[in-house]
Amino acid sequence: MNDATEVLADQVRAAAEDRRALRIVGGDTKSWYGRAPVGKPLNVSRHTGIIDYDPSELVLTARAGTPVLEIEAALAENNQKLGFEPPIFGPASTVGGVIAAGLAGPSRPFAGAVRDHVLGARILNGRGQSLRFGGTVFKNVAGFDAFRLMCGAMGTLGVILDVSIRVMPRPEESISLVFNEDWQASQPRLTRLLGRPLPIDGAFHDGTRLHVRLSGPRAGVLTAAEELGGEHEDPTIWDQLRHMTLPNLRAPGLWRLSIPRTAKLGDIPGEQLIDWAGGQRWLSTTASPSQVTEIAAAVGGHASIFHRSDDDQDVFTRLPKTLFELHKRLKAVFDPAGILNPGRLYQGL
Amino acid sequence: MLDQFDSRIDPTFAPVDRQRLIARLQEALPERGLITKTEGMRVYETDGLAAYRGMPSVVALPETTAQVSAVLRICAEMSTPVVARGAGTGLSGGALPFPGCVLLSMTRFNRILAIDAQARMARVQPGVRNLAISEAVAQFGLFYAPDPSSQIACSIGGNVAENAGGVHCLKYGLTVHNIQRLELVTVDGEVLEIGGDALDTPGYDLLALITGSEGLLGVITEVTVRLLPNPVHTQVLLAAFPDVRQAGDAVARIIAAGIIPAGLEMMDRLAVNAAENHVHAGYPVDVAAILLCEIDGAAGDVEDGLSRVGAICLEAGASEVRQARDEAERRRFWAGRKGAFPAMGRMAPDYYCIDGTIPRRRLAEVLTEITRLSGVYGLPVANVFHAGDGNLHPLILYDAAASGEVENAEALGGAILELCVAMGGTITGEHGVGREKINQMCVQFSTAEIETFEALKASFDPAGLLNPGKAIPTLARCAEYGAMHVHNGQLPFADLERL
Repeated sequence: MNDATEVLADQVRAAAEDRRALRIVGGDTKSWYGRAPVGKPLNVSRHTGIIDYDPSELVLTARAGTPVLEIEAALAENNQKLGFEPPIFGPASTVGGVIAAGLAGPSRPFAGAVRDHVLGARILNGRGQSLRFGGTVFKNVAGFDAFRLMCGAMGTLGVILDVSIRVMPRPEESISLVFNEDWQASQPRLTRLLGRPLPIDGAFHDGTRLHVRLSGPRAGVLTAAEELGGEHEDPTIWDQLRHMTLPNLRAPGLWRLSIPRTAKLGDIPGEQLIDWAGGQRWLSTTASPSQVTEIAAAVGGHASIFHRSDDDQDVFTRLPKTLFELHKRLKAVFDPAGILNPGRLYQGL
Repeated sequence: MLDQFDSRIDPTFAPVDRQRLIARLQEALPERGLITKTEGMRVYETDGLAAYRGMPSVVALPETTAQVSAVLRICAEMSTPVVARGAGTGLSGGALPFPGCVLLSMTRFNRILAIDAQARMARVQPGVRNLAISEAVAQFGLFYAPDPSSQIACSIGGNVAENAGGVHCLKYGLTVHNIQRLELVTVDGEVLEIGGDALDTPGYDLLALITGSEGLLGVITEVTVRLLPNPVHTQVLLAAFPDVRQAGDAVARIIAAGIIPAGLEMMDRLAVNAAENHVHAGYPVDVAAILLCEIDGAAGDVEDGLSRVGAICLEAGASEVRQARDEAERRRFWAGRKGAFPAMGRMAPDYYCIDGTIPRRRLAEVLTEITRLSGVYGLPVANVFHAGDGNLHPLILYDAAASGEVENAEALGGAILELCVAMGGTITGEHGVGREKINQMCVQFSTAEIETFEALKASFDPAGLLNPGKAIPTLARCAEYGAMHVHNGQLPFADLERL
């Protein structure tokens, strides 16, 4: 437990005065994600500790530098979990980094995104002011939801100091089923299944087989498993998917495509792992960046280079001009001197 | 009263040549798309917070996104404030006309544009009623989850503007969790697509920022909502308690046991009696509080869940626990809860509904303090709330015809909201800040935080034309409100621990 707010605020104020870029660092497990970090490190990993956790409130508040594994351990003791199943790329990974990266795991289409589970946050803006948005309660509509903006902003809008997360009870039962079929057969199967009130909270296709996870109260899960058929499999495969330790998922150059679940993606060379019941595609390909971007855009989605292979790369799909101008104005609201993780999301932001 | 805007501490705008404004708007709008006569504008004077009234300069009724764009462009050019309005059911005065404004009524945007049952999405215009969406998709076995009590009348555009909740949000989430894409017209008439048909979009999460922004950032002209499959089985349990503290305790224990009910509602003695007299729901009347707990899912799980909930309630001190015997009784149980507000109309000439959220564990403390405040202000308070998520709806009973009672009710409401903040909660759980809670924003947020909100607004609307005087107070207002509090001696609830 350590409160480093003042130290961090002083560093931000000094950097703002000199207009010096700061690279916000938690556990430094995701520096390969996004555009290349620049600037002097601002180390948040010594700002640690679970500040408040009452299982009956379903809320946990922790300082940003708290290792996310420590949080998961505290939750597990009370039979609870993080509903958005963030990928964790190393034991040093911090909760602040998890929120800033905004990455959610296999449960995303069923349990919601990172921002859906965040109830509030205290941040340092680019002037070194400590600001608190949202709160610790689920229903709260006072003020703009600036804390949700922090999710996935890659630290460009503020240094997260602490965050309140809505946590979930662990399911009573969880079963993983596998079906030997190609994606052409799996996609209509999933559409059928997802139109019914079944306790599905994960569905991915590894190239040759469809995996479906059922979780929830016992009776419903057992009944659904019986009805769905398929073969039972070791459910630890979902942890491998979540933390991206399945083959090829940690390779530099990996693409992430986010598209409508029911879309028919055009042909593209290479290998795909299809998660989120079709909505998220992990792609290893020889195709050019513009080909990949276009094929995602053609079905109403977008593509990003998940694992940067060189430091000069743009990684996220470009925004239309009006939206990018709006992004720059929003950045200036929080960070007028442009010192917080500049360029990590887009050049010029 | 707060329906009076104060040029010293609220935004102000130079007077506009009304004839020229009318002439220009007439060009941009279809026939019968502009109301200029006082008689015709009366209906827009107030929203669901009926104590607050104001008159717009004109009322515009556009039918297309292009017309909304044109109206906004004209207003931007003429520096005229604009107040967007959905069904007008909001309870915080969010659609209260600002003096001299163009009131932009979105009621003609009333079409469901597309239903994609396979993708479980519907694309609708903002004036479509909340319940109409669930009705339209019922044929596919789907529903739209957020269900504010006003769902037969309120519109989806207003729901997005307020980030509306409802009885079932503990399990299914708020509006922000159930929408996918918006079409938004900015104050300079530009049309933006926010969000998309995929689960995320590149860049900042603007969809989350716009949801709940109370008409301050833009005008919503289209909404894509997510749909869910109807649950197989739904059952409700009623538990009666001789003491409200026991009921509060039962709520905490149910959640701690890992049960996520579809709905978990509490009503206190006054509310139970009013509802029972009004709806004849079959509630036990000689009790301090009742809990309604609804569980949905597979039949076996519903049965199992409710028997666990029943045991927890008895352990917490419930004097009676019973399940609805059939679907008709289940509906009656809920009819009593949903009818609790109108039932208050029989108890007093007027009632004022408050909306704050607190951490669940402080329920008993807050109820005790509300009872004390009710005594201090001399006005009865009935409590109805979404106990599962700590969202309180104290109903203050008063008589608007009695001298000073309106102001007294307003002051009591303010005191209750500040109590919620002191308890680590918030001044609004689901009704929005609107005009009503503009002063309490100064209690919940610091100067630097309010400056950030103002700057966020300015990044969309630099001249501050969209819904001025709502949701975000000026710093001048906070200075005056803060000074008033200090002059009165001390901050409210000085003996309470601040979080």
